[in-house]
Amino acid sequence: MLRYTEDHEWINLDGDTGSVGISPHAIEQLGDIVFVELPEAGNTVSKGDSVAVFESVKAASDIYCPASGEITEVNTALLDDLSAITPERAHDCWLFKIKVEDAGELDEMMDADAYKAMIA
Amino acid sequence: METSTPLHETVLAEFHVAHGARMVPFAGWNMPVQYADGIKAEHLATRQGAGLFDVSHMAQVWLQGDGANAMLESLTPTDVAGIAEGRVRYSLFLNETGGVLDDLMIARLDGMLQLVVNAGRADHDIAHLEANLAPGVEMTVRRERALLALQGPEAPAVLARLGVDLDGFFFMQVGHFEIAGTPCIVTRSGYTGEDGFEISMPAEAATALATTLLADDAVSLAGLGARDTLRLEAGLPLWGHELDETINPVAAGLRFALSKRRRETADFPGASQILADFTTGAPRTLVGLLPQGGRPVRDGAELALDGKIVGHVTSGGFAPSLDAPAALGFVEAALTAPGTELMAVARGRETPVITAALPLVPHRYIRG
Repeated sequence: MLRYTEDHEWINLDGDTGSVGISPHAIEQLGDIVFVELPEAGNTVSKGDSVAVFESVKAASDIYCPASGEITEVNTALLDDLSAITPERAHDCWLFKIKVEDAGELDEMMDADAYKAMIA
Repeated sequence: METSTPLHETVLAEFHVAHGARMVPFAGWNMPVQYADGIKAEHLATRQGAGLFDVSHMAQVWLQGDGANAMLESLTPTDVAGIAEGRVRYSLFLNETGGVLDDLMIARLDGMLQLVVNAGRADHDIAHLEANLAPGVEMTVRRERALLALQGPEAPAVLARLGVDLDGFFFMQVGHFEIAGTPCIVTRSGYTGEDGFEISMPAEAATALATTLLADDAVSLAGLGARDTLRLEAGLPLWGHELDETINPVAAGLRFALSKRRRETADFPGASQILADFTTGAPRTLVGLLPQGGRPVRDGAELALDGKIVGHVTSGGFAPSLDAPAALGFVEAALTAPGTELMAVARGRETPVITAALPLVPHRYIRG
């Protein structure tokens, strides 16, 4: 189940674990990404917490956690080549996985069509 | 920030969009921040070949008449009378406390003074000039003219391929040139640290000339994003960041902009404060900053040493030519030696930075 936030994060829930990333639109808007900070596995976070930072040439952007839970895995391989983070690969470029405490938190979030309509 | 005032557009707005620009509001203008290739690619293309920038948002202001030299000398620390025909000087509008109201270029051509001032300060500067208009001086704002910057090591070859003879035309000179049939006023100057030209032409000729320049394989379009990263590496100040009404030119590393004759006569606004700093040094001065660990530091971050605030960051981002983050900032004079280790602090986050001499990337101007 793929859902989007108004801040352009996506979460793809599989069982009780969700992969989290940022949308193609967000990557396009950032432009050249020059630095990424990811959270640490084992951290417990709340929905809305700033959990990662993307720095582009011009600005820093906080990434907010779309759901509450424990971060179980972090995609540190992403940091090896930031130029590989492209709009086309946005849904392969997951940042971390989170064991979601309450899947109900995703109910109010947008599906792909609603998100597409928001950025249109 | 939402405003009710519609954005100005340069005559090249459609050209930018047709070439894949992302347009953003800047200083009241709808301007290309980048094109499809992105800021890093545009920056490197300028350093390696030639970047073409639309800088028509800057105001071109012409002053004519016998009193024009004295009028500009009353507002700046520049030996305006000493600017020979065909020459360009970097100058500063100063306030009575020695702060900088704006920076500008002054060219003398056809016996008149041709000024280029920042877009974001154009209204201020034009009002300032009007308020100080000397008898017999006629001021015209040439909004019917566009301005292109062609910057980079290949820029002279590009113009040569269009039939321009640059023999004897060097850095900080101005002249009339016909480029691909368009009569232009060209200065050999820029805001990138590279050799290059700023080309003023009638607005109606701008799209055709930009198209002709871009047809050269060496030329890439470059937006305001690359313009900012290029000037950051070159250590060139941006008003509102490294310059403002509270920063004097000595602190900003602009001693060269204080003409010798004017320092001797000490008759420019804020002369006593500026000349005191000229002699003893400013309490805080502008330095380059190299953030360690890959994370950029940004405008507004404080600079600390052993927990004590010793300066602040005025511009910060990424330097594509260094493939690393870079910044500019003011630090206490005792700490400006290159290699000084400081801590940039913003939003509770600490990033180690090392001071560096400016420019961070060497200037490559072609001087006669």
